[in-house]
Amino acid sequence: MPPLNEQTLSAARDGLAEGDFNAVELTQAHIAAVEAARPLNAFVTETPERALAMAAESDKRRSAGQAGMLEGIPLAIKDLFCTEGVLTTAGSHILDGFQPPYESTVTANLWNQGAVMLGKANMDEFAMGSSNMTSFYGAVENPWRRRGDNRPLVPGGSSGGSAAVVAARCALAATGTDTGGSIRQPASFCGIVGLKPTYGRCSRWGTVAFASSLDQAGPLTRTVRDAALMLRAMAGHDAKDSTSVDRPVPDYEAALTGDIRGLKVGIPTEYRVDGMATEIDTLWQQGVDWLRQAGAEPVEISLPHTRYALPTYYIVAPAEASSNLARYDGVRFGLRVPGNTLDEMYEATRGEGFGAEVQRRVLIGTYVLSAGYYDAYYNKARQVRTLIANDFAKVFETIDVVLTPTTPSAAFAVGEKMDDPIAMYLNDVFTVPASLAGLPAISVPAGLSGDGLPLGLQLVGRAFDEETVLRTAGVLEEAAQFTAEPGFIAGRG
Amino acid sequence: MAVDRVTVAKIAKLARIRVPEENLDGLAGELNNILGWIEQLSELDTNGVEPMTSVVAMIPPQREDTVTDGGRPEDVVRNAPESVGGYFVVPKVIE
Repeated sequence: MPPLNEQTLSAARDGLAEGDFNAVELTQAHIAAVEAARPLNAFVTETPERALAMAAESDKRRSAGQAGMLEGIPLAIKDLFCTEGVLTTAGSHILDGFQPPYESTVTANLWNQGAVMLGKANMDEFAMGSSNMTSFYGAVENPWRRRGDNRPLVPGGSSGGSAAVVAARCALAATGTDTGGSIRQPASFCGIVGLKPTYGRCSRWGTVAFASSLDQAGPLTRTVRDAALMLRAMAGHDAKDSTSVDRPVPDYEAALTGDIRGLKVGIPTEYRVDGMATEIDTLWQQGVDWLRQAGAEPVEISLPHTRYALPTYYIVAPAEASSNLARYDGVRFGLRVPGNTLDEMYEATRGEGFGAEVQRRVLIGTYVLSAGYYDAYYNKARQVRTLIANDFAKVFETIDVVLTPTTPSAAFAVGEKMDDPIAMYLNDVFTVPASLAGLPAISVPAGLSGDGLPLGLQLVGRAFDEETVLRTAGVLEEAAQFTAEPGFIAGRG
Repeated sequence: MAVDRVTVAKIAKLARIRVPEENLDGLAGELNNILGWIEQLSELDTNGVEPMTSVVAMIPPQREDTVTDGGRPEDVVRNAPESVGGYFVVPKVIE
């Protein structure tokens, strides 16, 4: 048996059910792994005492025959989810000391199913970033390194801490949130699975808001099966979120039949972008071949407005962020920097409390929403968003799922791409379109770059058809046989 | 429509973010780069296209207009930087 922290979530679930080990033992192994991984800086807050208490309760429930779907499973929680009585920072200085008096719906769902909290994972400030470099709590290190190159690499972002801890075997799974790629891109950079569900599938209540029309919670895991298990526990209707959808949550694990015969897989021409690395293109073609060999039928498709997705996103998301972040005013929670008047206090607090990238986006958002520019920028972007969603709706009349690369490159080094915001934004060129259309999408580790870094393939499905996305992802995973491991694994060496 | 330091100062005022004088030019440059890049949307004809309001087609749910939570003033002010007797304290607004 592999060490307890190196099991998959589904194997640990089975081991707990069989009585091979109990939740306290499993949690102790993970607490040790979290400590061993401190050099990665992947946690803002560790909660070992709470974890052990939750594990002890879990063992009692199991003995009483009341085991939930994730009974005794230790998880990391992105520090964007409010956790009652536990520091919640969103990676920002402005939330200094904030201990929510309530629990987010997604985390409450996980605890109701028996899961155990190891701590709060580091992230880009307010989920704005693709490298985890914008966190007030410092950069997170990717457990992977390039072959023959010892420079630390970024884990991607914004769910960078979540991805790093799952890859380094510190948690069996982690929660993330995805606004334009913040689950899928770090999953790809860290060689793990990341699933962004359909908009409305998971409640947003109690999750610190970035761009409300795009934000969606989802899991980061080491296998597709684990993602299916996590999503089932996280999802569900919530009256406290008016955009939460009232439809039953399927048994996603049951969807993993491995049978995709006759499935029509769309290959979008427009995703062959200029300057894409040859190895990404080769891996994409390999993915097409794997699905064909499994009996699926690849079909060339066109999503003509793809190239407008990123600029659209960089109007819509900052606009919503400028509005959502208005609440950080130094009055009700977090940091306050004194000023002589109320306005001076607001300005001083927000000037010191928000980092450079957050300020940049709030300013852009304020500008595109200001009088005289609202129609030219914000309304225009909402119209283009309709066109992008229509592109997907049209192709899904004839195909079942779309296959693309997840990112245009493998993980980059700490400090690279930092001088040009637009170069950083381009990381999300393949993930943003599905976000704008609200569709479910997954990244599956599928191969290694020339210098030994993981690369992911992305599948995008119809709204609320996570089952087809997961089933196809399972086939890709089986074909890819991705067994490569990061250089750093907690508890080894 | 280039953004200059005066415009940046105006937006920053609207956003209630203190931006030091010496950062205004740098920010103007960054914002111009981003705005210039998103300008490419103008080449697209969107006449008659409905602006998206909701990405998932659904009728906004209605509920009874009743109190569902409350009566927890200590929870509400617990995280405040400054509070007295269940009130948030801010710099004096009225002379």
